[in-house]
Amino acid sequence: MFYREAGEFKASYKADQAILPIRQDRWFIWAILAIAFLVIPTVSSDYWLGTIMLPFLILALAALGLNVLTGYAGQLSLGTGGFMATGAFAAYKLATMFPGMHILLVLLFSGTITAGVGILFGIPSLRIKGFYLAVATLASQFFLIWMFNKFGWFTNYSSSGVITAPPMAAIGDVLVTGAYATVTAKYLFTLSIVTLLALITKNLVRSNIGREWMAVRDMDIAAEIIGIKMLPTKLKAFAYSSFLCGIAGALWAFVHTGSVEPLAFDVNRSFQILFMIIIGGLGSIMGAFLGAAFIVLLPIFLSNAPHWFGLDIPVDLISHIEAMVFGALIIFFLIVEPHGLARLWQITKEKLRLWPFPY
Amino acid sequence: MKERAIGEVILDLKNISLSFGAMRVLNNISFDVRKSEIRSIIGPNGAGKSSMLNVINGVYHPQEGEISFRGEVRKQMKVHEAAGFGIARTFQNIALFKGMSTLDNIMTGRNLKMKSSMFSQAIYWGKAQKEEIEHRRKVEEIIDFLEIQAIRKTPVGRLPYGMQKRVELGRALAAEPEILLLDEPMAGMNVEEKEDMSRFVLDINDEFGTTIVLIEHDMGVVMDISDRVVVLDYGRQLADGTPDVVRNNQDVIDAYLGVSH
Repeated sequence: MFYREAGEFKASYKADQAILPIRQDRWFIWAILAIAFLVIPTVSSDYWLGTIMLPFLILALAALGLNVLTGYAGQLSLGTGGFMATGAFAAYKLATMFPGMHILLVLLFSGTITAGVGILFGIPSLRIKGFYLAVATLASQFFLIWMFNKFGWFTNYSSSGVITAPPMAAIGDVLVTGAYATVTAKYLFTLSIVTLLALITKNLVRSNIGREWMAVRDMDIAAEIIGIKMLPTKLKAFAYSSFLCGIAGALWAFVHTGSVEPLAFDVNRSFQILFMIIIGGLGSIMGAFLGAAFIVLLPIFLSNAPHWFGLDIPVDLISHIEAMVFGALIIFFLIVEPHGLARLWQITKEKLRLWPFPY
Repeated sequence: MKERAIGEVILDLKNISLSFGAMRVLNNISFDVRKSEIRSIIGPNGAGKSSMLNVINGVYHPQEGEISFRGEVRKQMKVHEAAGFGIARTFQNIALFKGMSTLDNIMTGRNLKMKSSMFSQAIYWGKAQKEEIEHRRKVEEIIDFLEIQAIRKTPVGRLPYGMQKRVELGRALAAEPEILLLDEPMAGMNVEEKEDMSRFVLDINDEFGTTIVLIEHDMGVVMDISDRVVVLDYGRQLADGTPDVVRNNQDVIDAYLGVSH
């Protein structure tokens, strides 16, 4: 009834190729952005912004990065944690070596350095595919974490192996890292970066490079026969994916936690992000965000829900129940919709087009 | 119908032999393809027809023989280079990009013609956007030509078989090839769909002057639309000539109908 494209005619290919050709979708996204930028910072407590929204946004960015590689280009990877660590440590080295450098430049360069590392570990993808590639990227995960633990140079020889972000300002003297930064500033800074990078990612996947990635994913031999070169196409996917993961890692270390050790980016992190894109939906920008929301928000909801309903359950029991319900929900979702939450959203929209009529 | 001008030889295959280990798939095959003609390769199952197409577009590398393309002897090339030489193909088992829409599949066929940088595509501004719109226009022409307007935004995985074959033809056409290799474009189709497909093949040949190398099992279609036919059987070349010559060749009749011993 409300969601219908009837009567919306496109007079140019430009209008038809817009990111959101349907008017209602545009309104919806603007509304989401307005809520994210204006409503959430004003109504949320520091606890909500700092411990829920920040990790959600940063992990969504990492999921977006992995989704480019796995969802769009079809290269299974378990090295996400390693790439995030690379971004975090690159940012730390950059910020301590060049103390005057602006945080945006630090993020950009640490993303670029991670892209280089990603290309290096992406080279085997020309020869190995699927699960075997996943194992090869797992090697990169363990190697990178080992490297950051082993060599003191990366942590500036700190005895604990922990890196701590220096205070840095985004605009003027508005700090976004360090102990004196307000949570609202951190949140808005992260949100802006994530929004911008999501837009860039959307642009890439609707352009030629995105079609080349999907062609490699869907049928590599046919892709090669129509002239797509395997190695550069796959390496571009590795580079851009690692770029996003690197920035996510840098944001995690600098903006979210402030100080971090390599163990924060161990293989569990890689799995967590892989689950996000599987549950959210492979090959979908929206899916990365939905998946991150599911993985980050659901456990918090589950552990708080008994309390809200006035049930008095011991804490250890809650955490056990949480793990069980969470696991059951993942299985449930994968059975009901193996293509993830993004597909459920798609189906909802298709149903909504007809509502309230049956057909 | 315009008078087609069949030109000089653009693809010349001499004494091609191909083996996989001890298995000899192609044995001393020689034939040529002239510009703007419809050249069919026929033969029973396992005759080596698809292998022949794979040799032409560089997927297989023959152990013996030489291939001249536009008068030059071609060196061993990589798979992705064939498209750059103007050779496009469709597959016996449809090889579409299943997760993408019809439009995106055909747009991907134009990937070699897109030159904008990754950075320009990232901001989707200037050259990249102009290019997208320009190529969209070309792709829409192909969509009109193949009469698939209604399915342009449907993911190809959801399309019926006959339509998928048509989209695959569209993807090959999008590259504006000089030679189009069609591997059983009409397999598994009913009479009506075969008629449609035959008409498209003839129109492509007629309107764009595209040279077509066709593998097909439907003898009626092959004899009707081909200019020349080459017959393979167990990797050997049985006959080569116009449909009439091939039809009356005793070896061909024996291969297709069997010989009494």
